Amino acid sequence: MSNSAYVQLVNLSKQFGKVRALAGLNVDIAEGELVALLGPSGCGKTTALRALAGLQDLDAGQIIVDGKDITFLAPNKRNMGMVFQAYSLFPHMTARENVEYGLRMRAHRTASAERSKRSSELLDLVGLSTHANHYPHQMSGGQQQRVALARALAIQPKVLLLDEPLSALDAKVRTQLREEIRRIQLEVGTTTVFVTHDQEEALGVADRVGVMRQGILEQIAAPSELYERPQSAFVAEFVGLTNPISATVSAGNAEVLGVRVPVVKGSIESGKGLALIRPEWFHVDAGGTPNARIFAISFLGSTCRLTIDLSDGTRIRAQVPSSGASNLGTGTSVNVTLKSLPVFVKGA
Amino acid sequence: MKLSIPGRIFRAFIIIVTGLYLLGPLYGMLDFSTKPLGLEGGRTLRAWGAIGKNPDVISSLIASFSIAIVVMFLIFFLVVPTVIWVHLKLPAFRRPMELICLLPLAIPAIVIVVGIAPLYRWISINVTESPVSLSGVYAMLILPYTYRSLSAALDLVDVATLAEASRTLGASTMRTIFGVVMPTIRSGIMSGVVISLALVLGEFTISALLAFDTLQVVIYLLGRQDGKIAVAVALSALLFVFAILFAIPTTKRQRVILDADVA
Repeated sequence: MSNSAYVQLVNLSKQFGKVRALAGLNVDIAEGELVALLGPSGCGKTTALRALAGLQDLDAGQIIVDGKDITFLAPNKRNMGMVFQAYSLFPHMTARENVEYGLRMRAHRTASAERSKRSSELLDLVGLSTHANHYPHQMSGGQQQRVALARALAIQPKVLLLDEPLSALDAKVRTQLREEIRRIQLEVGTTTVFVTHDQEEALGVADRVGVMRQGILEQIAAPSELYERPQSAFVAEFVGLTNPISATVSAGNAEVLGVRVPVVKGSIESGKGLALIRPEWFHVDAGGTPNARIFAISFLGSTCRLTIDLSDGTRIRAQVPSSGASNLGTGTSVNVTLKSLPVFVKGA
Repeated sequence: MKLSIPGRIFRAFIIIVTGLYLLGPLYGMLDFSTKPLGLEGGRTLRAWGAIGKNPDVISSLIASFSIAIVVMFLIFFLVVPTVIWVHLKLPAFRRPMELICLLPLAIPAIVIVVGIAPLYRWISINVTESPVSLSGVYAMLILPYTYRSLSAALDLVDVATLAEASRTLGASTMRTIFGVVMPTIRSGIMSGVVISLALVLGEFTISALLAFDTLQVVIYLLGRQDGKIAVAVALSALLFVFAILFAIPTTKRQRVILDADVA
């Protein structure tokens, strides 16, 4: 356990009937960091977030924030700002009144002028200063979530909790707001926990991403490390696309498609297995000795997704830059090799 | 969306028919109460003028409206918070509570009277003889109506998330109920209040059997002496209730009232 951690979730456990939502979850989060908790439905990520907010009782475990044990503290005493998946603005209040609500609820009420100044600043921060007097039903989903974010930040929370805040929005707004959340978080510097089941969202916004499965943390790492050096088959397969390809492991290396590459921590130590290869780790060449044939091509803008049948019958998906794919087409015989990058190899 | 011409005609037809159905009896009452006695022609306000001079009518009006105010107070500060509390904190208890709240519909008034008569006898002897004590039993009688309208309003919005948002922003449970949930479901609360008010002002059986002189009881007694005065009182009471209903705060004022949390 790191002593410098600002938020510490220690051995959190929670059971709902026969379902074990949290099975000894441990997470350390540094001050000012944005950590995303990623995982499939039912992995316990929302339960962990709600426990941190005080909205969910725990069977066991300890929550420490800024050196204080807040495990049994009521939610209204924790000073946590939370943005929910459902638009949770108070419908009878304007955007400004929503933002000021938390300030009004404080034990020592913030003075009216200061409340007004702070709400103006925050509405400006989320780009909605012109909507201050609008009611929630007069705003779009994206605008409502921005106001919810401003409301959560207004109380200057110790930790900002985001519970799938983008999942109810359409794709374009989701991407915009995701970037905005990151910008605001960096500007304000609030320690943030972002729960999502969308890997693109998690990888795109977080300093570190924690992948959860069945109530525990499988791996927590920076997005690039998580993607390139997964420490379990679950993480490798859950984060990004992978192609399982036969490999033989010995002495810390694996032989895949005739190329010897190092294996990452958590892989099998020796013998035959399946290497989990990212689509962009293949080198596809129309000029070399053919060992595969292109089955289909999808143009994705700057890249092309190739569906390729290897000579042993394995079908893989490779991704190459569009600029280098001009001589590739359906039915083209190609040579497929592997870039020399560390791979994860699981048991066959 | 704009209605088609046949749609508009149908809508106007429905409004006219409903209006006639509702206003017809009121016009009949007005007509009857302003007709002079005997075979004289013309109109007279004798029956209406007698209302203000009859002390029984005045005292029963005061009693009935006092009961209505106490019942409204009980709805706002007891029934509504309890229903919200059960909805938010004890969802498993919602079904039993609904059954309990619907019981007054299933039990005939006469059975209720037989059950509570000894209690009211004791209250009359030891506490008060005021008809306002009927507020207790009326608060129970209105439960089916208030519960249904509140429950429907609570099901329409995600109050659980709103309450959680309020809690994380530093509000206590009571502040959350009075400052967030109640204003959010105000239409349901106002529906419940309106129905309850109508029920309280129109209730006869229990107050008559327990020998309390409420408005309905006095109207009934007056009707046996002078039908025109009784009808005038009934019509004026109805108009008074309509006036109250129209005066009930709707948007901004109501919001201010409901937002006045327990700070």
